[in-house]
Amino acid sequence: MIKYFEVNKIFSITSKAPKYVLILFIVVLTIGLIESLIFSPEDYKQSHSVRIMYVHVPAAWITLGIFSSITFLSTIGYIFKIKNFFLISKSLAPSGLIFNIIALVTGAIWGKPTWGTWWAWDARITSMLILALFYVMYLLAWRIYQNDDKVYKVTSLITIIGIINVPIIKYSVDWWNTLHQPASINILSKSTIHSSMLFPLMIMTAAFALFSLLIFLMKYNTELIKIKNKGLDRL
Amino acid sequence: MYGRKVKLRFFFVIAILVTLILSSFLILRSLEENVIYFQSPSDIKNFAELEKKKIRIGGMVKKNSISADANEISFIITDFKNEINVSYSGVVPNLFEEGKGVVAEGILKDKNYFLASKILAKHDENYMPPEVKAALEEK
Repeated sequence: MIKYFEVNKIFSITSKAPKYVLILFIVVLTIGLIESLIFSPEDYKQSHSVRIMYVHVPAAWITLGIFSSITFLSTIGYIFKIKNFFLISKSLAPSGLIFNIIALVTGAIWGKPTWGTWWAWDARITSMLILALFYVMYLLAWRIYQNDDKVYKVTSLITIIGIINVPIIKYSVDWWNTLHQPASINILSKSTIHSSMLFPLMIMTAAFALFSLLIFLMKYNTELIKIKNKGLDRL
Repeated sequence: MYGRKVKLRFFFVIAILVTLILSSFLILRSLEENVIYFQSPSDIKNFAELEKKKIRIGGMVKKNSISADANEISFIITDFKNEINVSYSGVVPNLFEEGKGVVAEGILKDKNYFLASKILAKHDENYMPPEVKAALEEK
């Protein structure tokens, strides 16, 4: 039954996993950094400042991915009352917020030399800031409400409201005039990033995904230990 | 198959989602003027009257239109349908160039003349090494 995971069984896997994920993360990050900082070419227009992209874009992808996953898990968890899904969501959220902040900060650092400004109240950037606020609300809700039943309802509601913002972030650059340029990578059409720059971008995305997985496993283990300490062996 | 409560919660979530999508659609539709970061020269031409407040105009810097002297730079912003003369004194961003995107913030003096107080460069979604760019231009 998906609803009743055996805590001890999950814990025996998740408590060993971080070691291996950490090693893999360091290897992939090293390859990614060498590729993006040394081997990848400079851009014809932006020259070396294009290298900020290798942090900015993967961070933005991961934070959107994590928010979507949290919403999916919380909604399913709310409808079918699956406690484990809420714990997974709770453990995923901190790395989502970290990457959201990284995307905003690197965006500002990139914006100054290219656009000529740190910040613009442009639709893409503002909607990304709103996503960060939703992450903050989500994490605060877990701290404020101690009662399990209540915290599940409140956090699900926050994610459901926040998910409306995700397509707005994605399509803001197509729907409105924005200072932010449109997407370079599309599933349906040819991407406008040269393959020599696309490769380090993908490696860095994998590295950031592994980092999220690592933080997730550590947080999740803490949650499982808390449950074990309460003397429960089922979620 | 599923209990009544499960079905109720499912429809509750769907109802929240539909409400949110519809209301955010309506809000964004009515706020469109504020959501867009800049207006195009064609939008400016369609103004019934001149706006006194600060606005932003965006488009391409027209080829061979930049002329700079000691303390002023002037150029033409075009959207390939209409164009507008812009003058500005100050530092332009690195990516400010002829034939590239630009956003100018300032005051509209008349329908053909814009006095900018800030210039931002808008870059496109193309990224490639200089050699590839050179090869593309040869073609």
